[in-house]
Amino acid sequence: MSLTLRINGEDRSILSDPETPLVYVLRNELKLKGSKLGCGLEQCGSCAVLVDGKAELSCVSPAATFEGRDIVTIEGLAATEIGRRVQAAFVETNAAQCGYCTAGLVVAVSSLLAENESPDRDAAKAALDPHLCRCGAHPHVLRAIEIASGRS
Amino acid sequence: MSLANFPNVSDWLAMSNGRLQVRTGKVDIGQRISTALAGIARHELTLPSNLVNVQTVGTDGSPDEGMTSGSNSIEQSGHAVRLAAATLRAQVVTYLCNRLGGRPEDWSLEKGELTGPGTNRPLALLDIVGEIGLDMPVNPGARIADAGALSGLPMRGLPELVQGTYRFLHDLDLPGMRHARVVHPPHAEARLGGIRSDVEAKLEDEGLSVFRDGSFLAVTGPAEWPVVRAAQRLANACEWDAGDGLNDSDIYDALTQANGLRLAVEDGMPIKDAPIPNELTETTHHARYERPFTMHGALAPSAACATWDGKTLQIKTHSQGIYILRESIAESLDLSTDDVILTFMPGSGCYGHNGADDAAFEAALIAMRLPSTPVLLKWTREDEHAWEPYGPAGATELAARIGPDGRLEAFSAEAIGGTFRGRPRSGPNQAGPAKLLANNFRADPINPQPGVPNMNRHGGLQRNLVPIYDIPETRYVKNLLPRMPLRTSALRCLGAALNVFAIESFMDEIARDQGADPFAFRKAHLTDARAIAILERLEMELVARPAKAGSGRGIAYAQYKNAMTRVGVSVDLKVSDAAEIELERIILVADAGRVVDRDGLAAQLEGGALQAASWALKEAVIWDRDGVTSRDWDSYPVLRFSDVPEIDVVILDKPDCKSVGAGEASPGPVLAAISNAVCDATGLRGRRLPLTPDTLTSLALQE
Repeated sequence: MSLTLRINGEDRSILSDPETPLVYVLRNELKLKGSKLGCGLEQCGSCAVLVDGKAELSCVSPAATFEGRDIVTIEGLAATEIGRRVQAAFVETNAAQCGYCTAGLVVAVSSLLAENESPDRDAAKAALDPHLCRCGAHPHVLRAIEIASGRS
Repeated sequence: MSLANFPNVSDWLAMSNGRLQVRTGKVDIGQRISTALAGIARHELTLPSNLVNVQTVGTDGSPDEGMTSGSNSIEQSGHAVRLAAATLRAQVVTYLCNRLGGRPEDWSLEKGELTGPGTNRPLALLDIVGEIGLDMPVNPGARIADAGALSGLPMRGLPELVQGTYRFLHDLDLPGMRHARVVHPPHAEARLGGIRSDVEAKLEDEGLSVFRDGSFLAVTGPAEWPVVRAAQRLANACEWDAGDGLNDSDIYDALTQANGLRLAVEDGMPIKDAPIPNELTETTHHARYERPFTMHGALAPSAACATWDGKTLQIKTHSQGIYILRESIAESLDLSTDDVILTFMPGSGCYGHNGADDAAFEAALIAMRLPSTPVLLKWTREDEHAWEPYGPAGATELAARIGPDGRLEAFSAEAIGGTFRGRPRSGPNQAGPAKLLANNFRADPINPQPGVPNMNRHGGLQRNLVPIYDIPETRYVKNLLPRMPLRTSALRCLGAALNVFAIESFMDEIARDQGADPFAFRKAHLTDARAIAILERLEMELVARPAKAGSGRGIAYAQYKNAMTRVGVSVDLKVSDAAEIELERIILVADAGRVVDRDGLAAQLEGGALQAASWALKEAVIWDRDGVTSRDWDSYPVLRFSDVPEIDVVILDKPDCKSVGAGEASPGPVLAAISNAVCDATGLRGRRLPLTPDTLTSLALQE
C-alpha cells in the first residue's frame, strides 16, 4: 500500500513506512532538509510545517496521518506572498543566531499572519510559544513579525 | 596569541577565484563571528560583501587558534584579521607607488578600487593582490581604517536559513552513509550486563548492525528512522548493572570549603601553595549564593559524521575545540594526529562544551569498524539532556565590613564548585581521552579523572570573583570540588555567572540595608570612568521609564573578566500571587569598545540576557540514584516566547578603544538584576537559583 502526500504543491509517492514520522520522510526520502529535528517529542517546534495553512509539528505524527492534506515546508514557503514577506522580514531584521529554530519560526509566523494580519505582541508570543530558541533571538524575531505585518 | 603563532598575512587571508577568503580558527556557533570577521576585512579593504568569504574551519589548514570560547574571538581572530588586512592595504599602496608613482597619500581606496597618479581608470585591489601575493609578515603597527564606515552587516547564511537551504551537520547525506544512534546507559555508574533475547540477530536480519565495545552500545543502518526504532528496541533489551547508582545527596550540603581543593586568589589568579588568607574580622554582612547544575540545552542534539578509509579518519563536527578534540581522539584510537582531520560544520548554538565532542568520538569509534563508510551519528533529545557535561553547581560565599562612612572597608569572596574544565584537552594519564564519554564505558575503560584547578586569571571558578569596585581590604579563595555527582564542563560565562550574581546581589543587599541608592552606592566604589558612564546612562534610561505600579526594579553592573565588555542592567518585573515572576522589561547598557557589528553585538547581549533569564527563573538539572530525570523540555523547562520581556539595548560605541568580546558579558548582571528586582517587589531575597514559584514560596514561609 503506497502513500501519496501533497507537498509544496506536488503529489509525491512515498516509499517509506507510512508509520514513519513525517519529518523523517521529508528530510530523508524527499531530501527536504530545511525542517529540523530538535526533540522528536513535539516540545521544541523545530520541525513545524504548514498543514492546510496552519503550523503543525511533524516529528511525532506518522506520515500516513497527513494523507489528503496540503503540506508546505520551509522550502515551499516562498510560493506564497505571506511566506516571502516573512522570509524577507527575518533577513531584514537579522532574526536568527545559530538558525536551527529559524525554519520552524518562519513557518509559524507565516501561519500566524495568514490567520491574523496584524498580531499584537502578546498574540505573536502566544503563537510562537511552542517554539524554543536557545540563543535568545526572540526580540529580533518579534521585530521581524512587526515588520512582516506592517506594524512598524 | 593568534598573531604570535600565525604572523603572516597569508595565515589570515587567501585568494580564491578572484575573491578574498578570510582564514580563521574560530568557529561560528551562532555568535556571528564569521559575519564580524568578513566585516572587518571588508572594512579595512573597502570591499563589497560578494568579494569576501570566510573559509571553512578545519584542522587541515586553518590557523590553530585553540578554543572558540571565553568571548575571545573578536580580540584574537578579529584583531589578527584586521591587522593582516591593514598590512595588505599598505603593501598594495606601496607597490603602486613604486610602479606608477606618487606617494601613499596620493592613492585612494574606495569600494575595493584604487585611484592615483597615472591611473586613467580605477584599479581593482584584488587584482593587485593577485600580482603581489599575500606572503608578507603582518605589521602589528599597520594603520587601521577609521571606525564607523560600515553598518548593518548582513548576517552570513540568513537568506539560506529562511529558505531552508542552509546546511547543518545534521543534514549531511553522503553516498553509502549509515546513520547511527547510541544506547546510552541509564546513568554514569551503570554497566552493560547483557542484551536479552535475540534482538541483536533480528536487527542484523533487518540490515542493521549493532556495535558494542564494553558498555558502549550503538546501532547503525542505512535509513534513519529504522535506526531510531532499533535503538529503542535495543535499549529495551539491555540489562544494566546499576552499581551504586548516582550520589543523590543534597548537592548544596556538599558545596563547602572543607570539601574543596583550596587556593588563594590574588588579582583574579589562583596562587599555588600560597597560604589561605585570614578571615576578615568584624564583618557586618554575610551571604551565600547558589546555583544548580545547568544544561547548555542546545536546540539540536549533538551530531557528528566520521569516515575511516583505513589510514585517515575524517570527522565533521560542531565542536568548539577541533584542535584539542583531534588530539584526544587520536590518542584514544592510537592514531597519529596527522591521520585525524576534523572539519567544522554548523550545529545549533552550544553556549559552551555540550555533547559535540562526545558525539564526534562515538562516531569515530563506529566508523573505525566500518571502513570507507560515512557514519552520521546523532544524539537524541534524551541523550543530550542526560549526557551533556553540565555547568557545575556552585556556591559563592561573601562577607563584608562596612565602615562608619557607609563604604565597603573589607570584602571576602569564596567560590565553591565543580570544574568547568571538562573539555577533552590532552594531558598526563590520558586526561584528554578520559573526558570523552564513550571511553568511560568501553571494554578497556578510561575512567573520569578528578577536576584540576584552572590557574588562569579569571579562569574557571574565579572568573569575576574579584569585584570591580575599589575596596581597601580584600580576600579571595577558590574551592574546587574535584568530584561531583554529575559530569561538568564549560558553560557560558564559567564562574562569572554565579560570581556576578552573588556580588551584585550582595551590593544590592548592603545598599538596601544602608538605605542607600543602588546607583549611588555602586558609583561610590567605582573609579573607572567607562563604568560610571554606563551607570549614568542606565539611570537616565530609567528616569525616562518609571516602573509600573506594583512592579519591582533591580539593577546590576559588571565588566566581563574585569577586562572585557562592561554591562549595566535594569530589570522590571512583577511577582504574581502564585509567586510566578513575569519579566516586563530589561535594559542593557553596554560598552564593548569599538563596535564591529552593531546588530551582532546587540544580539549577543540580548541572547545572553535571555539565557540568564531562563537560568534565573527555570533551569536546574534534577537527578536521583537511578539517573538524571531532566530528560526533555518538560522535565527541564526553559524560557519560551511568552516569558520574553521587552529588551532595550544601548551600546556606547568607543571607536578609539579596542574591540572586546561580548557574548558572555550580560548573563551575570542579568541574574543579579532579576533577583534584586524580586526583592524590590516582594522583600524576598532569592540567593539560590532558579527563582521558581516554589523557591519564592518557601522563602516567604521562612520570613
